[in-house]
Amino acid sequence: MKNVVIKTDKLTKKFGDFIATDAITFEVYEGEIFGFLGANGAGKTTAMRMLCGLSIPTSGGATIAGFDIYKEAEKIKANIGYMSQKFSLYEDLTVIENIRFFGGVYGLSDKEIKEKSDDLIDLLGLKEESKKLVGSLPLGWKQKLAFSVAIIHDPKIVFLDEPTGGVDPVTRRQFWDLIYEASNRGITIFVTTHYMDEAEYCNRISMMVDGEMKALDTPTNLKKTYNAASMDEVFFELARGAKRQAD
Amino acid sequence: MVTLQNISKTYNKGAIKAVDQVSFKVKKGELFGLIGPDGAGKTSIFRMLTTLLIPDGGVASVNGLDVVTGYKEIRKQVGYMPGKFSLYQDLTVEENLNFFATLFNTTVQENYDLIKEIYVQIEPFKTRRAGKLSGGMKQKLALCCALIHRPTVLFLDEPTTGVDTVSRKEFWDMLKRLKDQGITILVSTPYMDEATLCERIALIQGGKIMSIDTPEAIIKSYPSPLFAVKSSKMSVLLEDLRKQDQVKSSFAFGEFHHLTFKENLPENQQSLLNDLEKLGHTCLEMKEITPTIEDCFIQLMSH
Repeated sequence: MKNVVIKTDKLTKKFGDFIATDAITFEVYEGEIFGFLGANGAGKTTAMRMLCGLSIPTSGGATIAGFDIYKEAEKIKANIGYMSQKFSLYEDLTVIENIRFFGGVYGLSDKEIKEKSDDLIDLLGLKEESKKLVGSLPLGWKQKLAFSVAIIHDPKIVFLDEPTGGVDPVTRRQFWDLIYEASNRGITIFVTTHYMDEAEYCNRISMMVDGEMKALDTPTNLKKTYNAASMDEVFFELARGAKRQAD
Repeated sequence: MVTLQNISKTYNKGAIKAVDQVSFKVKKGELFGLIGPDGAGKTSIFRMLTTLLIPDGGVASVNGLDVVTGYKEIRKQVGYMPGKFSLYQDLTVEENLNFFATLFNTTVQENYDLIKEIYVQIEPFKTRRAGKLSGGMKQKLALCCALIHRPTVLFLDEPTTGVDTVSRKEFWDMLKRLKDQGITILVSTPYMDEATLCERIALIQGGKIMSIDTPEAIIKSYPSPLFAVKSSKMSVLLEDLRKQDQVKSSFAFGEFHHLTFKENLPENQQSLLNDLEKLGHTCLEMKEITPTIEDCFIQLMSH
């Protein structure tokens, strides 16, 4: 039996009359790489905010890493990691200061922080750069560092919101090597992306259209179901039915 | 129409080389793509060509006018859509469009035929403030504003970044129709799959151009046969491929891994499949494939 780490039941969020996320029900398994796809404005961000304990649902429910999103939001936050393209690190702190800061925020002891930061700097090959400001690093390095920092406390789940936007094709693949490594260690990966080749790297993929979860399956099965040669075609087939345009 | 000769730009008193001796030409009426990741130098090139930055070295011209001495005239003749949304968020859709028309001593009515097809899609929201528009609609409004003075050359800096697949396809269809009206278009994108939608492209990385040609010619010049392989365990397969002596390069590529061999031998495929089977891989599948622009980019980066 697979261990379930995310379980939602008709999870819904309304803003006035607008139903941003419309009764989505799904499960994510331990160690899985779960792709969360959808067009702009499909309701992905709203759903992710609820799953991270940052936004209270209008109705429905969910448990994340075994914790209830209504009653145990703080416990959820301690057991997950989060990285987004827009905000992830403090640009005017050095590499080592960022690691220490996030280690502290995630509740690690000084000893753990010391060990973790040494390991991390070795792993990423950032020894020379450890005292440089993060703002001066190339984007690809920032992204790798941001990901490593997001899992510094060995969370059950890490949420990645478009983690690889804008980097070169080689760095993008190195980033996925890090994702695989984390997944092999049992960390569940919940990831959104606009790159359809990356959708193929996921164990299962869900597609949001107009606030609803329209499809959820392995990439192979989705292509079969929609009689499509690529994930790009699957996405196009599902997303072009979308009616709304809000962001 | 657009010419760059050994154009360079540095920042931080020379510490950062953003653009390093870049030369290329864009022909009249051409749809030319600048393809590369963040930090490749694309925006610096756009800002020099639109006269917003002065080059440290080299010469560049637009419509035969020098970008340093002819800046006043160039500004009247070109349209520029920056990568960052730069319209007035507090003005409505209609007000933004009228504002930009007025700046260029023209009216929306005078050039309406040029933007009509794009504008009708956002017209239902013409009284909405620009800041309240969705990403796709902001992009369409920005394109209308860049076109409203009927420019002869259009500079579009990453117009499709962060936009979903469906809107990206629509945007490229619009560009093709603008090109059909004789407008020269220089567009940049970090999405390698959009390269084939341009007539000619420059692949750029670290401020340097790695290759300039038609997408077809760049694909044709890929130096060795390229193969795609998959098995039931893809992440293990990639590690195993990297340990194989006969394999030169291997990297993940969606559903398959792509690889090249060190030597071009007829028995390559079969011998690799045999080796992988011995390592316990099942459901193995392998085929020779035509490279994509992304394959070419990865190959050029390894030099």
